[in-house]
Amino acid sequence: MAAVIELPIAAYESVVEPDWCPGCGDFGVLRALEIAAGRLGIKPKDLVVVSGIGCSSNLPGFIHTYGVHSLHGRAVAVATGIKLANHDLKVVITGGDGDGYGIGIGHFIHAMRRNLDLTYIVMNNQIYGLTTGQASPTTMKEVRTKSTPLGNVELPINPVALALVSGATYVSRGFSGENKHLADLIAGAIAHKGFSLVDVFSPCVTYNKINTYDYFRKRIYKLEDEVGYEVANVEAAMPKAFEWGERIPVGVFYRDEQPTYEDCDAALRNGPLVNQKLGLSKTSFDELMEEFM
Amino acid sequence: MTTRKEVTVGIGGAAGDGLDKSGDTIAKTCSRLGLYLCAYNSYQSVIRGGHIWLRVRIGEQKVYSHGDELNLLIALNQDSIERHAREVASGGAIIYNSDKLKCDPMLVGDNVLPVPLPIAELTKPFGRLQPVMQNTVAMGAMLYLLSLEFEMAAEVLADTFKHKGEAVIEQNVNVARAGYDHAKEKFVPLGYEWNFTRVRRPFITGNEAFAIGAVAAGCKFYSAYPMTPASSILHWMANHGAKCGVVVKQCEDELAVANIAIGAGHAGVRAMCATSGGGFALMTEAIGMAGIIEAPVVVIEVQRGGPSTGIPTKTEQADLNQVYGASQGDYPRVIIAPTDTTDCYYSAVEAHNLAEKYQLPVTIISDLLLSEHPETIEADALRHDVPIERGEVVSKWPEEKGQFKRYAFTKSGISPRALPGAEGGMYVATTDDHDEEGVTISDVFTSPPMRRKVQEKRMRKMEAVIKELAPPQLEGPVDADVTLIGWGSSKGVIHEAVAQLVEQGVRANQLQIKYLHPFHTKEVSEILSKSKRTICVECNYSGQFARHLRAETGFSVGDMILKYDGEPFEPHHITEQVQAILAGQPRPTEVTMDEAREMAYHYIRVHLADKVRPEKIEQVDGDGRGEALWLVEVVGRESGAKEGELRIGLETGSIYLWQPAGALIAGAGSAS
Repeated sequence: MAAVIELPIAAYESVVEPDWCPGCGDFGVLRALEIAAGRLGIKPKDLVVVSGIGCSSNLPGFIHTYGVHSLHGRAVAVATGIKLANHDLKVVITGGDGDGYGIGIGHFIHAMRRNLDLTYIVMNNQIYGLTTGQASPTTMKEVRTKSTPLGNVELPINPVALALVSGATYVSRGFSGENKHLADLIAGAIAHKGFSLVDVFSPCVTYNKINTYDYFRKRIYKLEDEVGYEVANVEAAMPKAFEWGERIPVGVFYRDEQPTYEDCDAALRNGPLVNQKLGLSKTSFDELMEEFM
Repeated sequence: MTTRKEVTVGIGGAAGDGLDKSGDTIAKTCSRLGLYLCAYNSYQSVIRGGHIWLRVRIGEQKVYSHGDELNLLIALNQDSIERHAREVASGGAIIYNSDKLKCDPMLVGDNVLPVPLPIAELTKPFGRLQPVMQNTVAMGAMLYLLSLEFEMAAEVLADTFKHKGEAVIEQNVNVARAGYDHAKEKFVPLGYEWNFTRVRRPFITGNEAFAIGAVAAGCKFYSAYPMTPASSILHWMANHGAKCGVVVKQCEDELAVANIAIGAGHAGVRAMCATSGGGFALMTEAIGMAGIIEAPVVVIEVQRGGPSTGIPTKTEQADLNQVYGASQGDYPRVIIAPTDTTDCYYSAVEAHNLAEKYQLPVTIISDLLLSEHPETIEADALRHDVPIERGEVVSKWPEEKGQFKRYAFTKSGISPRALPGAEGGMYVATTDDHDEEGVTISDVFTSPPMRRKVQEKRMRKMEAVIKELAPPQLEGPVDADVTLIGWGSSKGVIHEAVAQLVEQGVRANQLQIKYLHPFHTKEVSEILSKSKRTICVECNYSGQFARHLRAETGFSVGDMILKYDGEPFEPHHITEQVQAILAGQPRPTEVTMDEAREMAYHYIRVHLADKVRPEKIEQVDGDGRGEALWLVEVVGRESGAKEGELRIGLETGSIYLWQPAGALIAGAGSAS
């Protein structure tokens, strides 16, 4: 394997300035992604960042790589198509909790059970920001928002637990207030062969006054600091996924190497689809038509 | 009786009776002998039971529909005899298993031959057999009656059961021969004389033609969610994907199907997906995305009866409004309605070329009839070496040229694409509207003039698209008295109806529309301006195409022939209604006697556990119900004794109170 030539953050800098609110957690995620990509030496031309719709889904516009800013909830599906068309590309999906755990949750679950070699970074702020502050699928119970003025009555989605039971082979959580740690998680996720989730506490400074930077700083601890934590043991990961309250774990919950979808699809054996010859030879065509004779 | 150079065979039975296999053997036998076929399977959304009715029309000349007549019935259950025996035309025959079934002489028309087969006796020498083997005996008898070659059927059976080994082949051939020999001993052939040219022609469905056409055009990616009547594209692709280098992805829903296909198309692979109306509804937002990010994708919408779940295994042409109205906003796209099986193949090719050249979504709108019915097409109809036109692609963008403008405002509206991975071409394909570089103009950079020019750029592509599409042609004499207008799948059946009309002394011609969007407004207007009388023929309730035509041309059709009972047009349906229209008669909506019988069967199935059957049907007055009625006498299946009466409204089709024989009050019974 050729030695990795690291790239500077500047290689990924877009001419477009992010339009996020000052202090938004998403700035930290963008920076962590740039650091991770640079550390792995991924050329901007070989990286595709795919998003859905929402504040955080504007991210592809702020990084100088290939990108698709797709439909609300459909980023994982679009990214799947890109990856299957050209699995030489590194495909990273970025979006929010509404996009990924609400309207797009079906694609999220199915992409994980396929173990496609995709990295999914979810900027989880537990609120709908772009639509000015309604409850999201990860809004905690009893929290008052514009759409739940009497308090949210629904349980939040547990993305880490969901990923563990759905077959993701790299399940992690980070905090955008811990940039270096987050960059490590993202680099690990992109380098991982298989579906990787990086759920990120990415505070919304405008609409979520509960799950703030302070809220997380007081509570989070790192799994890698836990003595004896086995990262390849899904049964050990599960109780950690449910830990919430005074202590909230971040880091890699689970990591395991399994064959990817791309490894298993016979049509991808000869390399990326995009490089394959088009059309049918006379012989193949005649062979196919023989079935109708 | 026209000529003994054409025959229509009907096979009736329940799902699970092995009808499709028998139909396939008959079809392949005839096809290999050099005859032309067109088949249609009327089936229900059940896996076992229900009533399945497969019709195979066979002719020395090309046949364009499953036709009007029934000449030979193979009845696999009692229901099929009761429902179809009376349809068999003079000179025909009814083949049935006389061990189990009865063919009431009342049901058999004049000069129709009942062919009872003592299946148990005939198959005794071959040991214990699967019940479906009765079909093979019946097929053997049919081969003799229709003067078809037994050896060819034996060859087809050998191919069909090759994977099961010699013993199974031998058993099938022997059983078929038992039927053949029995018929030879007891009956005389029905008088068919064939010229077997033995020209090998494909016997293929529209869906199979779509799939192979797409692969020939370089389609490398196919996604789908199972949905009748589009699923057979998925099945073909799944069976051949690995060999043809096509990734075939069954997805969690049609949202994923469309978005994944668009992702693949965006990344530079020819991508296609297919569904029916319900699935297409879920795809529409994504199709708009393909429009604004200018990603190529091909979507096939195979219509079935709607709305909602509707009649899921029946045909209709009622999704035109949906396909035309797909997605919010204005965006460039193409909608193609292929007109026959061969056209399915080339439409798939053309769709992929248009999608990539013009970087837009192309929707092919088909229907259950076109997609699922198999027919023989000419031996050289499908060519492997189809043109593959990929449009402008930038493989490398040098740094000194500055930022790559993915959406450059060109005069043609086409902006060269850079595929992800291309050196220097980095950009974001965004569903927010954007400038030439792909930078959004929706949020902080909102720019009305930029929006105006980017929208004009995209839509400008349509000017070149329309020039590339072949305008529709009028078939038949320009000065005909009647012009029949159709779209998509109805080309063949209208073609045959026109021929029938000419025979009946009505000068008719045909205008079949394939390209629904963009529309050949000028050409179509010119043709129709010369038409003396126009009638639009469609398989839907409201005349969706007639409305589309009016919107595109300002031309209002004179009359409409509409069908929405789930079954496709047969030529006579059209000719009869054309004659009625010409005679100034109003459109018939009353329940016919045949329909009354079918409605009685429905009632019997639901409420009377199939133990009885409709017998005599007569029209009676309404007796206070405000409409005339069909009085249906219902008799016991076994006994033939009267069990009761059903009354069905002629106008409303309402089934009034069921009256058991014991409770019959002369001429009365209150409305339900």
